[in-house]
Amino acid sequence: MEQNEIIRSIREKISNDVLGYHSYRGDDTIIVRRESIFKIMKILKEEFHFEMLIDICAVDFFGQQPRFEVVYHLNSLSQKMRLRVKVPVDDGEEVESIVPLWQIADWLERETWDMMGIKFANHPDLRRLLMYEGFVGHALRKDYPINRRQPIIKPKHEYR
Amino acid sequence: MEVDKVLAGDSFFTTRLNDVIGWSRKFSIFTYPFVTACCGMEYMSVSCSHYDIDRFGAGLPRFSPRQADLLMVVGTISQKLAPVLVRIYEQMTNPKWVVAFGVCTCTGGFYDDYATVQGIDTIIPVDVYIPGCPPRPETVLDGLMKLQTKIQKEKQAV
Repeated sequence: MEQNEIIRSIREKISNDVLGYHSYRGDDTIIVRRESIFKIMKILKEEFHFEMLIDICAVDFFGQQPRFEVVYHLNSLSQKMRLRVKVPVDDGEEVESIVPLWQIADWLERETWDMMGIKFANHPDLRRLLMYEGFVGHALRKDYPINRRQPIIKPKHEYR
Repeated sequence: MEVDKVLAGDSFFTTRLNDVIGWSRKFSIFTYPFVTACCGMEYMSVSCSHYDIDRFGAGLPRFSPRQADLLMVVGTISQKLAPVLVRIYEQMTNPKWVVAFGVCTCTGGFYDDYATVQGIDTIIPVDVYIPGCPPRPETVLDGLMKLQTKIQKEKQAV
């Protein structure tokens, strides 16, 4: 399997937690264990100088085990380099929040919770971001019925 | 009623008061444009000199619902926005009318999904539906004239 310099040095540092890796056409990707995501992100930020968290999203591999994959996109401004970190997560499992490392992770993790229903442990305020409170289910899951109608929320009188 | 006596005394005029009020109301529509999406471009086009909605007396947009007669809902209404729209509607004073501008507000349009209100008539009453994605300015003017006809024919609340 292809691997470049950065993946090699990351694997030397945290070899126990890396489940897989590839660098196909410049897409440097590592797949890591769910339990150690916070530790790994901290190392990547502080020792490998990935200062910027671009995005957090999730993929639903419906019918597979583990069902989801949470994907983190990192950018290093100082090294002009990008890295993708994937974490396999099964339904109902929690991923450690990385809000202490990057403030932007707050809304990104809320969006992932809203759309995919993946819980982030120790998140300061894990509410829905795009949909409203009272929405049932998680809209981007593959088993969300395409024609389901949700109750239309009535205006609250205390609404400001 | 006082106006009755002042205008007409005991002559024939009393029976036509309803029409006079309707006539004056239909040519002095103050709109509140609730613009959320691309239909807003067509609303602007209708408002500007080429199509000139002011010919129909509806040229003055009020950006406070308390000063408006006509709520023009222009563009997609998401579920999260629904309570805001209802609140705007409730803030308007009577008499008030609602126009659903564009297919998204009429039925949800092609946004047959989890996030979009499937027609604003599920949350507030609607007087005139203007379909189209977006509707041509002529269609909007046609809808406006239909609304004027409706206002004229109404039993006028005074």
